[in-house]
Amino acid sequence: MGYISKSFKHLFGYRVARPGKEEQSEELRAIYEAKKGTLSKSDLEKVHIEHKQPYGGKWLKRRWLTLIAVNLLFVVSFYFDIQLLEGALTASRFVGFHMADLNSALQVILAYKVMVLNLFIGTVTVFLLWVLLGGRTFCSWACPYHLLAEWAEYLHLWLAKRKIVSDHSFNRKVRTVFYLLFVVLALVTGYTVFETLSPTGILSRALIYGPGLALLWVLALLAFEVFYSRRAWCRYVCPIGMTYGVVGVISPLRVTYNAEACHHEGDCRKVCLVPHVLDLTIRGGASQVHEDVGADCTRCGLCVDVCPTDSLKYEFKGLSKLV
Amino acid sequence: MSDQNSDQKPKAKKTPPKPGEKTRREFLRSGVLAAGVLGASLLGYYPVLQGSALRLRPPGAIKTPLDEQEFFASCIKCGQCVQVCPVYAIKLADITDGFGIGVPYIDAREQACDFSCDGLQCVLACPTGALTHDLNFPADTRMGLAELTRPDTCLAMQGQGFKGQARGADFKGVLRFSEVDRWNPIPLADHPFDLEICDLCVRLCPIEIRIAECAAEAENDEPQNTARVAQKIGNECPPRSAIKLVPMPSDDGVKRMQPVILDGCVGCGVCEMVCPPQIPSLTMNIKKTVDHPGGA
Repeated sequence: MGYISKSFKHLFGYRVARPGKEEQSEELRAIYEAKKGTLSKSDLEKVHIEHKQPYGGKWLKRRWLTLIAVNLLFVVSFYFDIQLLEGALTASRFVGFHMADLNSALQVILAYKVMVLNLFIGTVTVFLLWVLLGGRTFCSWACPYHLLAEWAEYLHLWLAKRKIVSDHSFNRKVRTVFYLLFVVLALVTGYTVFETLSPTGILSRALIYGPGLALLWVLALLAFEVFYSRRAWCRYVCPIGMTYGVVGVISPLRVTYNAEACHHEGDCRKVCLVPHVLDLTIRGGASQVHEDVGADCTRCGLCVDVCPTDSLKYEFKGLSKLV
Repeated sequence: MSDQNSDQKPKAKKTPPKPGEKTRREFLRSGVLAAGVLGASLLGYYPVLQGSALRLRPPGAIKTPLDEQEFFASCIKCGQCVQVCPVYAIKLADITDGFGIGVPYIDAREQACDFSCDGLQCVLACPTGALTHDLNFPADTRMGLAELTRPDTCLAMQGQGFKGQARGADFKGVLRFSEVDRWNPIPLADHPFDLEICDLCVRLCPIEIRIAECAAEAENDEPQNTARVAQKIGNECPPRSAIKLVPMPSDDGVKRMQPVILDGCVGCGVCEMVCPPQIPSLTMNIKKTVDHPGGA
């Protein structure tokens, strides 16, 4: 299955069937064949020990630092009136250049049905930025709710391990339903309905302009994720992620998988926010030796950090060949 | 609809619900989730329909006095208008305003828009046209209309003067006094008054101040200056007065004056902010403008 059709299937909540033997390259089949009976637990333990990093993953640190820096830049820019990054995540001006969050812009366009030049410039700029940087990269590298949800997820997993809570999954197609719903609502009511609920917008504004009652909604979402359903907002509801996901389908920045050294033990799938994109790491799940993870991936790098055999890596298509 | 978990591997045997049952439950849950989120999002309609989301908006907000739908729709809720305002008059609405969440408003009593920026910075900063670029000068704005809602508290109507800080020493609001500092607004509390009869609403009205400045320039009527002033009339020189004090009939010999709102009023809220009594005599009516004096 092609990268693009796989990406869209993932994004819209469809299940991607495991490739049949005939779809797998000869080289890959040989690799799978060679692994039969050779992948022992002790081997895995050995690579685990070799891979162990004392202070968490390097990509996690870089990502959190980036996310915090981006959001702090807004705050600092306003607080000290240095006009570096004015506005909030929904729309801003970076040293004078207009930027508009694609989903917020979409909501405004659908509700208002007019697009002024400044909004057009901002939208195109941000579109190009995330086409280059990988679409849903926005989620894990810039969205302030993502960071809180990540911590809520740790708490959820900690509680789940002690059998205090359990994860209730939803049908992933529901995010597609929500996406269409918010499009129709904006179009029909003439209000930017999603912005009322968007924890991304609420948090960004709360950081910059001071807290308000709207934070209670964000807390309610986090509580829902901790006690009922792991990472529910990002996985099953948020249209921002879907918008950036679709934009990122043609992005050259991807996480790429190499089946050769993989032990198929699934450490990566355990940490992944969108584990269906890593189905290709299951034995027999890939169709090429080198295959890219689909565009529903947020490029958060947790799998890159955790993979004991370095079978998952960041790649900027075209650039690696140049260098 | 879902086929995600219908082909479980044999190890699923130990989990009690059958795969089909699990899928069905997940499907039902998803339906409840969808209904819940839809319901929550439509709750935002309530304050809008109730009218409790109606507020004094920044200059240039595209709205008719009673309908803010277009304004809510076009605003991207980024707060760039908040950031450029030199007097910090603009705030962003909370979730209690429903669909109006994140939309800018002005609480005139706390801090009114006094056009300190001269160039309508909030309008220039707006990325989506929610604050329309169609207006260029303070006199073009139509935020609301001042109204003498509490004549009983008005000092001028009682023939009283005013001495001291207009809103007390603790008031945080700022205004620009060109004679003190041409560029930077100062706290109202730093600028005490001593008036024979209270005329703060007229004296501090940004429209009246501009008219006076234009008149002063016109007085130095050297020929080239006259041409420039003529050019300014209707531009940054407001064409019409906004407010004046009118003498009231008096039988006890006390000189009383009544503030009268004129058709140059843009509803900026400065008179409401500076009015000294605990309950201001003048307030902004957001349901009216000089173009729609009857509301709507």
